[in-house]
Amino acid sequence: MIIGGSKGREELEALLEDCQSLFLIGCGSCATVCKVGGEEEVFAAQEWLEGLGLEVTGSVILDEACHIMRAARELRRLRVQVAEADALLVMSCGAGVQSISDCTEKRVLAAVNSLFLGNTRRFGQYEEKCSLCGDCILNETAGICPVTNCAKGLLNGPCGGMENGYCEVDNERECAWVRIYHRLEKQQRQGVFAKTVAAKDWSRKFKPGLHQLDRSSGAERKK
Amino acid sequence: MSRFAEKLSRQQFVLTAEIAPPKGVDVTLALEKAKRLEAVDAINITDNQGACMRMSPLALARLLIEHGYEPILQLTCRDRNRMALQSDLLGAAALGIENLLLLTGDHPRFGDHTASRPVFDLDSVQLLQVVDGLINGTDMAGKALSVSPHFFPGAAVAPATEPQQLVLKKFQKKIACGARFFQTQAVFQRSQLESFMLAADRFQVPVILGVLLLKNLRMAEFLNRNVPGVQVPEDLLKRLEEATDPLAEGVRIAREMVALGREFCQGVHLMTFGCEDLIPQILAE
Repeated sequence: MIIGGSKGREELEALLEDCQSLFLIGCGSCATVCKVGGEEEVFAAQEWLEGLGLEVTGSVILDEACHIMRAARELRRLRVQVAEADALLVMSCGAGVQSISDCTEKRVLAAVNSLFLGNTRRFGQYEEKCSLCGDCILNETAGICPVTNCAKGLLNGPCGGMENGYCEVDNERECAWVRIYHRLEKQQRQGVFAKTVAAKDWSRKFKPGLHQLDRSSGAERKK
Repeated sequence: MSRFAEKLSRQQFVLTAEIAPPKGVDVTLALEKAKRLEAVDAINITDNQGACMRMSPLALARLLIEHGYEPILQLTCRDRNRMALQSDLLGAAALGIENLLLLTGDHPRFGDHTASRPVFDLDSVQLLQVVDGLINGTDMAGKALSVSPHFFPGAAVAPATEPQQLVLKKFQKKIACGARFFQTQAVFQRSQLESFMLAADRFQVPVILGVLLLKNLRMAEFLNRNVPGVQVPEDLLKRLEEATDPLAEGVRIAREMVALGREFCQGVHLMTFGCEDLIPQILAE
């Protein structure tokens, strides 16, 4: 899930200077779970904007704002309300915002900062475990990703800042390499410690990413 | 071969110290400090130490050479990607720099540019590998160099850090990737150094012990709070607290550490923070 955090009202208000009317777009997936762009938040935003003296021409919660074609279809269905608005306020991750900007020339305002791809620990508590680096090392690191869990993304063991097994950047967080080390020890495997891990191939993370599923094998296709 | 490398290869005891490049363009103070470090064999030039932006160590290292001193150029992976690191390394070789200390680098979070993007395109092990490649005539892309550099690459290790087995694993990787000497983070306890050296000795790579002059209790507490990998133990904090002359006590502690260096290691790296005039006292047997 994409973890998002709402931009502050002050920051948003500064963006509204030239706007008299807005159409609001939320997202029924990640943004709803993160409570930045679900029904409740879209309603609260509407109240806030009307309190500022702005007109809200309408609103919609898309099932998945990141689905480009479906987002376009919904905006076509609601074209009258959309047309009346000076701008569209999108309360979803940056991917969702760009599904919208992909299908309209209208000004799009992003209400959310996309933070990371996150796992849910429990409601409201999210943890980043994967950086989508395109070159997965988990098979050698006992299922714990150092690219993400190590503050420096090191691939060959802990840095000199590790202290009693904790991270130099956050002394309340266990060093990812200590976790990898103990887990491999339990599995009686050498894993990543048996060899020198080569420098990462960042060409696999070439931007912007494009990927097409191979229908027969599911394997990655050359881009 | 650099004088420093030669001395280590002859199994002689070496002394190193460090200078941080200035924040600004005037190197007068740095050169004055170098002058007060005439007793040492080589001087480490730190690379945006503590993630605080300063003059390029490459420039200061060259200036030291011009004034007759031998530098150890520190190079971290924090601020440069693999292309920048390699081109700086070739530049260093062209400027007559041979000794290298290759480091991961402190996280920008500690420094004065906390909003900067941490690079860490390579880690210290991979950087050692890259240097080895350059020495042998090829860059990271496998392309041949017209003339390959002479380097004497070293690395860092923190012997007092737990779990020690894990520290040793990375230590071994660094040796496998071409580390020819080690400089350690400051160590304050005999037991920690002893157990580390017991395991490290069989690799036959010279280890230079980091000795840090504790000037007073406040400094020791500051180090414990703010410097990654440095832990001053309770009994030393107590000694500093109870001493009538804390600096003299700090010199005594440093002298004890130098004695440990003579017993277990092949040199000491002195961190004296402006008290270079006390170096003869610290080295007195």
